[in-house]
Formats: sequence, C-alpha cells, structure tokens
Amino acid sequence: MTSPPVSPPAAPPREVLPRGAPAGGVIGVSARRPDGVAKATGEFAYSSDLWMDGMLWGVTLRSPYPYARVRSVDIGPALATPGVHAVLTHQDVPGANRYGLEFADQPVLAEDMVRYQGEPVAVVAADHPEIARRAAARIAVGYDVLAPVTSARAAMADGAPRLHPGGNVVRHLKLRTGDPAARADLVLTAEYQVGMQDQAFLGPESGLAVPAEDGGVDLFVATQWLHADQRQICQALALPPERVRLTLAGVGGAFGGREDLSMHVHACLLARHTGRPVKMVYSREESFFGHVHRHPAALRYEHGVSADGRLVFVRAEVLFDGGAYASSTAAVVGNGGTMGFGPYVVPNAAMDCYGVYTNNPPCGAMRGFGAVQTGFACESQMDRCAAALGLDPVEFRVRNAMSEGSLVPTGQIIDSPAPVAELLRTVRDMPLPPDPGNAPDLRELPGGVSNTTHGEGVRRGVGYAAGYKNVGFSEGFDDYATARVRLEIAGGEPLVTVHTAAAEVGQGLVTVETQIARTELGCERVIVHPKDTGVGSGGSSSASRQTYVTGGAIKAACSRVRERVLALAAHRLGRIGAGLRLDGGMVVSAAGDPLISLAEVLSSEGIEETVQWRHRPTFPVDPETGQGFAHVQYAFAAHRAVVDVDTELGLVKVVALDCAQDVGKAINPQAVEGQIHGGSAQGLGLALMEEVQVTEGRIRNPSFTDYLIPTILDMPPMRLAVLEYPDPHAPYGLRGVGEPPTISSTPAIVAAIRAATGRPLTRIPVRPQDITGT
Amino acid sequence: MRVSCTVNGERLVADDVWAGESLLYVLRERLGLPGSKNACEQGECGSCTVVMDGVTVCACLVAAGQAQDRDIQTVEGLAATGAIEGAGLHGPGQGAGLHPVQQAFVEAGAVQCGFCTPGLIVQAASLLRAVPEPSDAEIREALAGNLCRCTGYEKILDAVRLAAARQAGQARRPGRDAGQGPR
Repeated sequence: MTSPPVSPPAAPPREVLPRGAPAGGVIGVSARRPDGVAKATGEFAYSSDLWMDGMLWGVTLRSPYPYARVRSVDIGPALATPGVHAVLTHQDVPGANRYGLEFADQPVLAEDMVRYQGEPVAVVAADHPEIARRAAARIAVGYDVLAPVTSARAAMADGAPRLHPGGNVVRHLKLRTGDPAARADLVLTAEYQVGMQDQAFLGPESGLAVPAEDGGVDLFVATQWLHADQRQICQALALPPERVRLTLAGVGGAFGGREDLSMHVHACLLARHTGRPVKMVYSREESFFGHVHRHPAALRYEHGVSADGRLVFVRAEVLFDGGAYASSTAAVVGNGGTMGFGPYVVPNAAMDCYGVYTNNPPCGAMRGFGAVQTGFACESQMDRCAAALGLDPVEFRVRNAMSEGSLVPTGQIIDSPAPVAELLRTVRDMPLPPDPGNAPDLRELPGGVSNTTHGEGVRRGVGYAAGYKNVGFSEGFDDYATARVRLEIAGGEPLVTVHTAAAEVGQGLVTVETQIARTELGCERVIVHPKDTGVGSGGSSSASRQTYVTGGAIKAACSRVRERVLALAAHRLGRIGAGLRLDGGMVVSAAGDPLISLAEVLSSEGIEETVQWRHRPTFPVDPETGQGFAHVQYAFAAHRAVVDVDTELGLVKVVALDCAQDVGKAINPQAVEGQIHGGSAQGLGLALMEEVQVTEGRIRNPSFTDYLIPTILDMPPMRLAVLEYPDPHAPYGLRGVGEPPTISSTPAIVAAIRAATGRPLTRIPVRPQDITGT
Repeated sequence: MRVSCTVNGERLVADDVWAGESLLYVLRERLGLPGSKNACEQGECGSCTVVMDGVTVCACLVAAGQAQDRDIQTVEGLAATGAIEGAGLHGPGQGAGLHPVQQAFVEAGAVQCGFCTPGLIVQAASLLRAVPEPSDAEIREALAGNLCRCTGYEKILDAVRLAAARQAGQARRPGRDAGQGPR
C-alpha cells in the first residue's frame, strides 16, 4: 500500500460561513429559510467542509476499556511517524484539565484513569487523516483494567467503587406533595425500562481551529451554544475569552448531542502547538463515542385511582444512568423528577429521581430531556389505569388532564393555556386510516417487501398519549439571550442586520430571526450576521427555547431601534412621535399614511441597539419537597398511533401517527410542522428500533448499520393539528415547539402495539421478542 | 496515484491520491466539491449520493481508483442539468436556475439542517428522470436509502411530489424542449 500524500489538496479555500440572503415574510407566515438554497445546491459550508491552506488533520486516540487505570503513555513511535506534527496528552493541556456543562468533572485528555470506553487519551495532528490515524495506533498506552460499574442500581449499591470524589450520585431530586398516606380504590404498580438513544445527527462532530497572531485561537465549529463552549475552552487553554473566538460553522443537526464539547479543545490544542490550522472530523463510529446519549432509565411507578376515574396518587422512583461524566445529568433529573407524572392533575405525589455515575457512555441532553423517559412510563400507567377501570384511554386522560389554573406537583400554578384535553380529543377525532383489505400492498405491511406476511397474523392497534415539556432553562438558571440589531441605509434602501450568537442547528432559527426583525421594523431586507462570540451569549439551542428567548431579545432590540427611528422622524417632521409606525421602509401615521422614508430619516451611520433579554425568573425547588416555581413555560402535545403488527414475527408497521400540539403562536407554520414531524419520527425510533446497545460498558453497535434510525419507509403519513392559544407571558404568545412531539410519540406507538397484541411491553425500544414472547 | 474523471461535465485531475481514499474524499478534499456529505461513510445514509455513469451510488463506497475515467455528477452540477426557465425563487440568491427538485425542496420546507439534502436531491432527481410521475410508494422506495434525522420525511415527500408535478406541467407545455433551461 502506498503512503498517503503529504501535499495539501488542490481545493480553493471555501467560504467558512453560510451566506445570509433575504427570504421575505413577517411572523405568522411560512417564510423561506435564508440558508435553504445554499443547502440545496451543496454550497452551504458545514463544519466538516472547512478547509484552509496548510491545514493539518487531527485525530483522537480513545480508551478501549470502560474502566481502567492508565499506567503509561508512550508517544515516541507516533511522534516519529513521517508526516506527524504533534502528539499531545494531558500534560500538554495548559489550563484546567477538566470541563463539563454543569460540573467540571471530565478530563480534556485522560490522566491516571479512564472511566468509559472511548474516553480521549491523546490527540495527533498530521498531514493526512490516515497518517494521523496510523500514528495514533502507534501510541502505546499501558492500562490496568478494572471491573466497570455498568448499571445505575449497581452504582448506588453499598460497596460500589466511587467513580468520582463526591460519590456516584450526581443528583437526587425528592418531591413530596399532598398526603403521603393517601389511599385509592385501585392501585397499579409496574416497572419500566428505557434504552439508550442516540441523537444521530447526520453531520459528524467537526471543526477547524486556526491559531491567531495574538497567541489565541479562532475555532469554527458546529455546536448548540457558542458561549458555553468558549467558557470551557478558555479554562482548558488558560486563555481569556477575547483570545478564544468561536464562529458557528454549518451544523448538521444537534438534538442535544452538541451541547457538550467534543473535538473543540483538542483541535485548539493541536493548532496552538503546531502553529497550523487543524481540522478534526469524527467518523460515524467515533461519533457514537464522541457525544453524550439519552439517559437509559429504570422506572418504578405506583398509580392510585378512584373508582370514578380520578388519579389519587402517584409514587415513583426513577433512575437515570448518567454514565461516566455528569454532563447535564443534574438538569435531566430536575426535569424527570418535577414533570415525571405526565400532564395530569395528581393531588398526592411522591418522587425520588436519581442520576448516577457509572462506567457506561456518558449521557446528557437529548430532545425531550428527562421528560421522554418518564413520559413513556407515565403514559403506559395511564393506559393500565384506564383498562383496569374499564374506561376509554382518552376519556380517562381527559378526566385527569391539566388545564390553565391547575396545580402541578411542584406547587406551581399553570398560568397560561394548557389544552391537554382538547389535544387528546383532537387526535381522537381525526379520520382513521383505511383497513388494509384483503390484498394489501406488501409495502404497507410489517416486514415490507421482505415478503414476511401477506396479511396473515397481522393485527391492528390504536394507541394514544399526551406529553409535556418545560420550555427554557429551569430551576433558577439565569436564562438570557443577547441580540444586536442594526438598521441602516445600504444602496439607498433600508437594511436590517440581526446579530446573535444563538446557534442555527437546522431548526430554522435564522428564518425566525428575519421574520421578527421584518415584523418589528417594517423592512423587507434583513440579514442574519454570522453567529459568533463577537456578540453576547444567546444561550443554548436546546430546551425548545430559542424562538422564545433569542426571539424575545431580537424583538426587544428592534423595539429600541424603532423608538429611536421614530423619535428622529418626529423631530424631522416637527410632530410628536406617538402613533407613528414603520412599514414598507417608511415612517407611517397611525392610519398608515406614508410620512417620510427611512432613507430620509437615518444618518449614514444607522442605528444599532444591543439587548440582553430574560424571561421571567424561575426558582430552585425545595430540596426536601421538590416544591417551587421551577419552570417558565410548559408545552403540550398529544399523539394517536395506528399500527399493524405481525404477531408471529414481532414486526411493526406504523400506519398512522397523528399529532396535535399547542404552539401558542406559529411564528413560521411550515417550520412548526417540520419540528412536529421530525420530533415524532425520533419518538418512533425510540419506540421501535433505536438503542445504543451497551454490554459491560462497551457499545456493540456504533454504526448506522447496527444503530437504526427511521427511514422514509418507516414513517407513516402524519395528520397535524396546530393549536395557537397565546401564552400572555411570552413574546407574541409563542410556546416552544421542538420537544413535546418527541415525548408523546413513543408511548402512543407502544400503546397501539399493546392494543394489537395484549402484551405488557414495559421496555423501549420494543423488540420483536417482546411482542412474540419468544 | 493520479485519478482523472469527468465531474459535472468537466475533466478533473487529482494528484497524490492515496489508494485508500474514497471518491467522496477526493471530491470533498481534493476537488473542492464538498456538496456530497460525509454522514456515515459506510454506505448506510445516502448523504454522499452522486450519479456515476448514469447510476446513483454512495461516493463513500467507491474507491478513488474506481472513479478513473468515469462520468460523475454531484449536487453541485445538478442545476445545470435541468433548471426550469423563469421558475426561480424570488429575490437575490433565492435560486434562479435551480433544478426543479432543488427548488421544490426549498419551497416545501424539506430542508432543515440540510446535511441529508444533497444526497436526497440527487436521488430524487434520478427517480424523476426514470419515473416522471411516481406514486408515493415509489417515492418512498426510491428514497429508502437516504436517512434524514430532522424532517420525518413528510416534507421531503411533498417536495418530490411538487417537483414531479412541475416537471410534468413543464413537459406538457408546447414548444419547449424539456430539460434545456437557461444556465
């Protein structure tokens, strides 16, 4: 085999950033994505597309063991490999060799211990990625292999190895409300399990670090939160923020998996060490080791109901396996614990929710964030209660549904619309798909063109579920966003530039940003400035929060710009500013009559305002009772699933998956639908196929060959009902959209399979053997 | 080694190619054509779909040497093969001269993160060349090798239906040579 080349590619340097382009449309219309055309033509520059003259390739050497003591690391042979420019270990980390979203407990590069399979031990930079990979394979690491802790239960047991100095429990949330001794006519108890789900974003972890003349570094990277990354990188590099500048490269999906650092510090270390730009791109296999997953969970629920179909009490214990490092486990426990009873009124509730360290892959944020696991268990329990009472599952849910004014188990009163009952009735009343008939198309059957059945042994089932999710960061977190809005005259016409650091991860935030600016300033031409740390934090693109929080910041900044423009106009016109508005690039009267153009009002500098905006505060919950105003907003959805099940082979075809969701105000209806479709698909994946299979701390299926995500053949057509009941506390009345459909989709599908088969199905994903009982 | 092939109608040469490289790597890292995407690089996701001698393939599964003297079409060259006259989106940079499938993806909301989009567009355009008015079942089957994690596929189906309807309308319009739009 010939050696890899050492000459750089002949490609020209590419534009690092997506282009901004006007797309048209105010809030409430389906404005087009400003990046849509570039994405459809292949011109959009994702983090793995970046290229610079003279750049090197970085790769990571990872631990093959889930738990081991590192005895020695010999980098000599690797460093001597021709074409290799650097081999770095923890000794080369200039600052704190610890990072983490909530607790700095994770080494940038392993020191004396490795705590999960895939933990980074060393990094290599070379002229070609294959040279770097081969050199990494020549690093000799001496390990003393230890017996890993492989379940949350084992980690909490007496005598378990302490994986971190503070012990193995990351957080225990205790919630107690009502009468602890409440008695019910009927009590139903069951245990549930949720497997480890992967975000499976398609664009792998990647980026380009460029050393700067000031001794700092510029990092172009795909992420969900530039400023949280910057804070952690600064600590590891021992550099001030002004010398660690981040720019968002094109992001190929996120879903929570990019909230933690991946290659960020490694690429910066290599770039600063070599003085050359360094690009790192994970392979799909490495990606499975390179980001956190959704927490697997073991859940035990006891539901007490009255004979007339009311929930009397719910008592629950929930164990989240956080894996080797904390990531966002504490916040996942906060969500799972406070919202672990479903969108229902529960007068007497007790919850013990734990997140613990193990030697399994680290777990953290994924769409639904703690509410997915508890949502599956709660909704399964609701079906069991309804069946035991002889009630229709929708009727039982409706009787117990939260509504505006309800007291949730944290003692918080819901102070905006909560149309849970209407959402359930809406999906129930949608038309059902037709029966397959006597000569069904193979493609419509479980097993598809594998020709496993022609309809024999196939049974149909229908299932329902509702779910809810907190929007924004909770429990007293200072959750804010920054927006800089500039209005100027360019080429004789008004031009608005919106600058935020809020990450566009595919959800369409850039579109919403242009729509809000257009609405507030009455100007057609709006450009979204590249996302970077040159402006204050936008907070995370997670928790369904960006349209609310960054949208709120843009609205507020536009409002200040507008006040200044109108004051200038009033001065020019010699009248008071009250009643003036902006429309079509003009200052207009209250009646809409054009008075003066913006071009005449604005000086050559334009007007710029920067605003830091916060939603109303939340508060920590009481450590003994879990009581408190923990969440700023709730968002609700309901699903109905229709499935055909081959009861002999355990194969499932989802025939219909219909959803109703309240979004407060659909800022971009097409994008809202896209979120509901996509979130429902990820819920379908968790119900039927998606699981990172971990045995003794090792991932057995780190590939898209063995970790299955839904294809276009797996997804049924979806009917949607989008309700718009405004939340008076939120900008434009809007409600976060992204997560609720992921929560109710999974339990609705499993309920439908139960209806078809009569099996208990207490574990997701549902496997063929769970259906056949073999 | 040296690899030369025709890419989007242009004869291109890559030097110093290591034999272990894929066509995808050569396109992305040596020929300046990163539109074909690197989501799995093991032939499972379809994000690197290109047309090689008239057949769609995963560029990640084609060894660089296998591309020698072949005719390759990538997403970057698609617009030149079938842009519809006067059907561009409105506004600067809004896609005048897009291939109808590209245009339909943008309009229908079939693009979110967009990482799957180039592969899906190349695959869908190939389907519509072979089957101008496909049924939903035919669309699903043709696109079953292309993973999308954002959209749940509903708006991708919408986009392919829209492109098919537009192309059918275009083909039926008298006096026009289909597929020969302005560049």
